[in-house]
Amino acid sequence: MIAKPKHQRLVLIVIAAAAVLAAVLLAMWGLRSRAAYFYTPPEIVAGKAAVGQPVRLGGMVEKGSIQRLPDGVSIRFTVGDSSARVPVVFRGIVPDLFREGSGVVAEGHVAQDGTFVADEILAKHDERYIPPELGNQAAEHKAAKTVEK
Amino acid sequence: MIAEAGLVALWLAAALALLQLFLAFGPAPMRGGTGTLRSIAIVEGLLTLFAMAMLMLVFARTDLSVLLVAENSHSAKPWLYKIAGAWGNHEGSMLLWVTILGVAGAALAIFSRRMEEKTLTAALGSQGALALGFFAFLLFSSNPFARLNPPALEGRGLNPLLQDPGLVFHPPTLYLGYVGLSVAFSLAVGALITGRVDSGLAKAMQPWVLGAWIMLTLGITAGSYWAYYELGWGGWWFWDPVENASLMPWLAATALLHSVNVLAARDSLRAWTMMLAMVAFSMSMVGTFLVRSGVLTSVHAFAVDPSRGTFLLALLAIYVGAAFALFALRSGKLAEGPPFELASREAALVGNNLLLSVILGVVFVGTLYPLFVEATTGSKLSVGAPYFDTVAGPLALLLAALVAVGPLLNWRRDSGERLKRLAVPGLVGVTVAAIALFVLPGGILAKAGLGIAAMLAVAAFLPLLGRRLLRTPLTTWGMVVAHFGAAVAIAGMSASTMMTKEVLTAARPGEQISVGPWLVEFKSVTPTAGPNWTALEAELRASPGSGVSVLKPQARFYTDPPTETTESAIETVLSGQLYTVLGRAAEDGRWQLRLWWKPLVTLIWLGGALIALGGALALGGRAWRGWRKERER
Repeated sequence: MIAKPKHQRLVLIVIAAAAVLAAVLLAMWGLRSRAAYFYTPPEIVAGKAAVGQPVRLGGMVEKGSIQRLPDGVSIRFTVGDSSARVPVVFRGIVPDLFREGSGVVAEGHVAQDGTFVADEILAKHDERYIPPELGNQAAEHKAAKTVEK
Repeated sequence: MIAEAGLVALWLAAALALLQLFLAFGPAPMRGGTGTLRSIAIVEGLLTLFAMAMLMLVFARTDLSVLLVAENSHSAKPWLYKIAGAWGNHEGSMLLWVTILGVAGAALAIFSRRMEEKTLTAALGSQGALALGFFAFLLFSSNPFARLNPPALEGRGLNPLLQDPGLVFHPPTLYLGYVGLSVAFSLAVGALITGRVDSGLAKAMQPWVLGAWIMLTLGITAGSYWAYYELGWGGWWFWDPVENASLMPWLAATALLHSVNVLAARDSLRAWTMMLAMVAFSMSMVGTFLVRSGVLTSVHAFAVDPSRGTFLLALLAIYVGAAFALFALRSGKLAEGPPFELASREAALVGNNLLLSVILGVVFVGTLYPLFVEATTGSKLSVGAPYFDTVAGPLALLLAALVAVGPLLNWRRDSGERLKRLAVPGLVGVTVAAIALFVLPGGILAKAGLGIAAMLAVAAFLPLLGRRLLRTPLTTWGMVVAHFGAAVAIAGMSASTMMTKEVLTAARPGEQISVGPWLVEFKSVTPTAGPNWTALEAELRASPGSGVSVLKPQARFYTDPPTETTESAIETVLSGQLYTVLGRAAEDGRWQLRLWWKPLVTLIWLGGALIALGGALALGGRAWRGWRKERER
């Protein structure tokens, strides 16, 4: 049953269009439940992220807040900005550039008691890297880093 | 003077690109012959190559009066990283991109001797147009040769994460793939302009697609392994937007690779193949935009400068817009190729193309969705592994299953007789999947993946059945090896996902830790030093029953720029890898240690290498055939 040439092209176009549509629908379905939103400390404190929902938290690690727990591999620290502070626990090896007073993005979820349980910590990758979410500090940072003339 | 020479070469090359554009598309009296156009393309390629060499030279000499060197290099760096550091920054890596674009144009001019003249003229014009835009980007917003006056006393150094042999191979191979696709794009543009889309064009396009695809495969595989050992997270793919930026052109190129074969062998799928050739390089440009514009931040985003993003976005819009406008205008005029039946090689390859396109669409939407949401609503979000795994994973497995079927079908129509041969591999696959289901831990996707990989590993060899192996063309061998490589890679991904064992602990020297089949003794932590770093180094003695291996993971401190990195130590055995990372010291004399036992993980990269090898065999086979034909004349 060799299709007539004209029909075959039409059939292929219809199939291709259906495939594109399928891809978009599939993607939309996937994104609805699986995208992790980014929140700032005040938004977390205000309860914008439902308990257990995968989210990202971004802010500055407060000075003097990093505490090691007795198991030797867990830490507790506070991520905050001028108006709100969120306690965070994390089990694992922190990235090389995770420091007090510097920017951090933590991926995880909010627990029942309001603590943020981080599964992963994304500190800035290098000297010049600033999470885009902390963009306003980036300008100052960059200015300070420009080669002395 | 060296930097100025490089800059002059760039300006000259840009002027030639403009000339090339005019000679190809300008008013008739201005047009030159294809011969002139060829010479221009070749000189342009040499000039860009010269500019790149000049940049490598200033980096090799650590000429601190060049701004780029002062910002990204350091006199105390090992020489290999000084030179490779030339592309370890925004400007230098864009220059590498443009260099490859120029050289690809020159290569097109040199090697496409027997192509239809008008199509070649238009293709060289298109290549000139592409080069012109990116030359402008380089010269006006990313000049790698800018001077610094007075010179800096010392450079600021290269990001230590990049100080690795990976930097020498990963960017050039990936860019060869990215930018090699520009030739397929230009040939499609040329053919649409002249209306000569036929098997002759496909044969001219084939080696470019194949070559670019091999390089992309190698670049992605190498990048994956680099990220795996360097970042110390034990993962081999993070669905990071930057990784997706390289995966998207690969998916499009894989589809193109197969459809261009249909066009070459059967003269079918004309419009579709032209479309894919345009999509493939468009994806390269999208990738370049994502990585180089600074809209994403990652190890790859060397600097953030909004004007660059706008510039790149404008280039992207112009080229992609123009290409698709051309396609819309001309594709309807293409005559349709010979028809085929539902059970035929063509139909299977259409299925392959559709699945690859859907996967591409899913990855594309997932990668750009956060940017789209932030631009429209202002809220920020990230899309990661949970999305990509669940949506793209099953589609990829479906595709892998189809890979077993397609090569067994004849062109045009098939009775399905040879499909009976799939019984044995099918049985193997079902058995492995059943064992995985009942014995192994982990998710259903990985278990299905292992079953399908086992099936494909056997089925990949079926096209050789009943053939005399030494008489079988290299191109067929290439297909077999590449398909087998896909099975190997999928097996590695599935197995390591299911069976990885992880231990995170704080231990004192002298303690023993068990992970998977290994017993690891933590001997000591001692200070050590390299050319531009100091480190704390742990000594671990690992034994799997018999024999002892020593692993020395480090926590390194680089001085210029001051950065700490973890250097994982990996022991590779036949059945997998033991991956160890030294963390920080706890106050009480304990050290954080993270150990993984990753069974069969090496198969992932071995599979990637096999896929590239398959491509190389096919390319070699074609070159050999072409050479013999030439001799017979």
